[in-house]
Parts: sequence; C-alpha cells; structure tokens
Amino acid sequence: MRWLVSLYKNWDRFVVPVALLLAWEALSRSGLLPASLLPAPSTVCVTWADWIFHTDESSQSNAGHWIYDALASSMRVFAGYAIAAVSGVLLGITIAWWRWVEKTIEPTVQMLRPVPPVSWIPLAIIWFGIANKPAIFLVFLGAFFPVLMNTIHGVKTVDRNLIRAAAMMGARESQILRYVVLPAALPSIFSGLRIAIGSAWMLTVTAEMVAVKSGLGYVLWDSYYFLRYDLVIAAMISIGLLGFLTDWLIKLLMARVLHWQQSQTVQGLNH
Amino acid sequence: MASIELKDITKIFRDQKRGRELLTIDNVSLTVDSNEFICLLGPSGCGKSTLLNMVAGFEKPTSGTVSVDGKGITGPGADRGMVFQQATLMPWLTVWENISFSLMLTGKNKAERRAAAQPFIDMVKLTGFENHFPAELSGGMAQRVGIARALLLNPQVILMDEPFAALDAQTKIEMQEELVSIWQQQRGTIVFVTHSVDEALILGTQVAVMTHRPGRIRELIKLDLPRPRDSTSPEFNEYKRHILALIREESALARTDAAQPA
Repeated sequence: MRWLVSLYKNWDRFVVPVALLLAWEALSRSGLLPASLLPAPSTVCVTWADWIFHTDESSQSNAGHWIYDALASSMRVFAGYAIAAVSGVLLGITIAWWRWVEKTIEPTVQMLRPVPPVSWIPLAIIWFGIANKPAIFLVFLGAFFPVLMNTIHGVKTVDRNLIRAAAMMGARESQILRYVVLPAALPSIFSGLRIAIGSAWMLTVTAEMVAVKSGLGYVLWDSYYFLRYDLVIAAMISIGLLGFLTDWLIKLLMARVLHWQQSQTVQGLNH
Repeated sequence: MASIELKDITKIFRDQKRGRELLTIDNVSLTVDSNEFICLLGPSGCGKSTLLNMVAGFEKPTSGTVSVDGKGITGPGADRGMVFQQATLMPWLTVWENISFSLMLTGKNKAERRAAAQPFIDMVKLTGFENHFPAELSGGMAQRVGIARALLLNPQVILMDEPFAALDAQTKIEMQEELVSIWQQQRGTIVFVTHSVDEALILGTQVAVMTHRPGRIRELIKLDLPRPRDSTSPEFNEYKRHILALIREESALARTDAAQPA
C-alpha cells in the first residue's frame, strides 16, 4: 500500500503525462487523426500485451515472442558494452599514464573518434555478415569512445600528491596504477560508462534495423513495413524501458563502488 | 642511526616558457644527525620545500648529493616517511585502511593490517574514527591520519612539509604538542619545513634559517631550551628576536633584488 500513498502524495508529477495520454487516446479515437497513423495508447497496450504474453494474436507472428527479442537485443548490448568497457578502461589508463603510448596511439584514436559508428555499417556487414557480430561491433564502437575519453580524463586528473604519497610508502608502478590511479579515476570512468550504455542501446537498435534479423530494433523496422505502428510504438517503449533498466543497474553498481563519494556529498555538510 | 647528509646542493630550474634559468638553491650543505628534529625555516620561495623533496626523492639536485645513512637517494621509498601540507589521504579508503596502506602493498591480509593500524590510531588519538572516510574528518584529524600513516612505516627519517599550515591556531598548538610527545617516545630524525618562527622554536632541536632566493643556509641554530617549550620565556624570545632579525634582513635584501632586474 505504500506505493499508493506515495502515488497520492506525488500526484502533481503525474498530471502532465496522464493528460498527454488522455489527449492522445481521445485524438486517436475521435478520428481526428487516422488510427493507422497514430494508434491509441490502449491499442498499443493490447498489442504489446500480446507480443509479450500471446493473448489475442493482435501482434500476429510476434505473439509471445517479446522475451526472445528483448534477450537478443540485450545480449548484443551486453557483449559489445563489456568489450568496450574493459578495453576502454585499459587503453585509457595506458594512454594517460605513459607519455610514449599517448604519442603513438592517441592521434589515431582521435581521428577515428569523430567517425559516426553508424557509418561503419556497410563495412561491418561485409566483414561480419548478417548476424550478431556486426551489431556487437557497432555497440562496441559506440560505447568504446565515451569510456576511453572519460578514463583518460580521470587518470590525468589524479592528484599528483596521492601518487607521491603511495610512492613514499614503497608502491611500485603497477601498485600505484592498481591502488591509486584506478580508484581515483573511477568516478570519471563511471560517468563514461553511463554515457556509453546510452550509445550501446542506440547502436543495437540501429544495427538490428539493417544488419540483423532479430531483436527489438528488427521488430520495430519490420512492423514499419507492415504499417503496424502500434507495434512500432510498443517496440520503442520496450527499448526505452530496457535502456532505463540497464542505466539503473549501472547506477546501482556505481553507488556501491563509489560509496565513499556519497559520504563526501551527504555528510560533508555536517562538519 | 639515520643521519641525513646534503652535500653541495645546487638546483637550477629551467623555465621553459620564458627560456630562462632560475637558481633556486645555491650550494647548500647540511648534516642532520640521527634523532635530531630540524626545522627548515625561511620565506616562501626560498627552496626549503625543494630541499625536503630532494630528501624524499621527488626531485633531484642539479649538482650535489643527498644521502640518508650514507646511501644516496635515487627515488621515493618506504625508508623515509612523508607528511604533506595537505593530508593527501586516499579518499576511497577508511582511516584504518589509509594508515595501513603500506602493508597492503606488501601483501598483508586484512586482519593483520587492521591489527597493525590500531596502535597508531590510538597514538594519534583517532580511536573511534577507524571506519570514517577522509571526507568525514576535520583538517586536524586528516593530518593525524597522515602522521599515523608515516609512523606505521617505522621510518628512521620523517619529512614534514608545513603539515600544520592549514590548521586553525588551536588545533595547530595541540598537534605540535602531540608531535613532540610522539617524537620523544619513538625517536627518529625529523625534518620539518615551516615558515613560522614560533613553530620552529616550539618543535625543533635545531633551526636552519634560509636566505631568500637563491636559497642558502643563513644560520644553523641549535636550540637550548627545556621541553615543554614555553613560548613566553625570555630564552625563547631571545631566539625569536634573533631569528626575526635575520628574516627581516633577508626580506629587505629580497626587495632590493626584486627592484633591480636580474
């Protein structure tokens, strides 16, 4: 019942979305807008329910198939994102820490960075065919650069005296990187990881529209060809929800790992 | 048995932006015997912190040698403890984890580190704050953690770079008293950089007064004062008057130098 109370207390937050939904529903039902162009929210919900639970065949061949589509997309996001996160952090630390690595690698990286990941689609299809691999490759491209840039920034701004203090306690270079530089750069790395998860979803969906035959992006584009805009909207909402969910998971992880930072902001005022 | 020897130290900084060379330390020689508490006193920019950083191994002299116990300094190391002007604690580690950081580097397990940290936590009067994070500490408490961290290494030499400069007057006096009592218990050689005459006279067994840039040792004064030091006693004020006169002379010279373009 607690959520009902909080719903009641925060009623003002829901005024705008509820009003928009009602207006949308009214607009579609009254025939002012043809339902084929903008299906009513209720229609979207019915179709979405069938897509998920196989209720009334309103989503046709997709009925009951939602979980497979969602898993296919999530798997691609996860694979590309994991590769990007690990390699971005490792390469970022290397570039920021060793001057000669920066000199030799950074110009190339900076040349590749402005190339939109989407423009790699033709090459990705030629190299990897139509399957998971081109999608994972695109997700990697989209997620890699935010992680890399933020890691470099985080490492470069580590307080030099922390490094000196560790060296004074006998830390070797590898220990300084592991016990000082990495933890000190984590806040910055995490902000990179959060930007990257957004790009990851964007690129999965894009890749699925052109280079893969499964997943939420594929259903979205396929439904467009069949003029099923209710399914298009259901797919959009699904992507939004999954994107929100993954970002929330990263936020949870961040709150656990960076708990020392919270004490800095919350309790710092009490002194 | 840890004595520090600075021999004919000269430091020239190359100002790359302006293409100039700046002589900051000019032929300094200084020997500090073991168990001495020496205060390097001088105006800002006289090179006293640079000298300390050379003993720490962060900076190298342009010419001359620095050695501790007869061994030349090649870089930072755990044989010397360092306390910085800012406490420079790892913000993601708790008080006890910061104090026992050096033991983590040598691969000691958590229980060993926790047990080893406790006596030092008690020594700097932070009992009860073991699990606090640095952001939750006051400036004085953070500096105590920094001191405990240096003491845990059990170094024969402790280097301190104006560690109390950022503290309020009351806390500063407390910390000075505690530092002296810790030094009296533990022994060891302390090199303490400060720009406060009172601080130097309260803490040191000797005071090295430095000149304005380029830094030289103007006078090395052995303090013959009973502890606890009484900053209102005639002897204390006699030393203070003498040192202040030296400093006044130096700042006058610095002004003349500044007036004439080099």
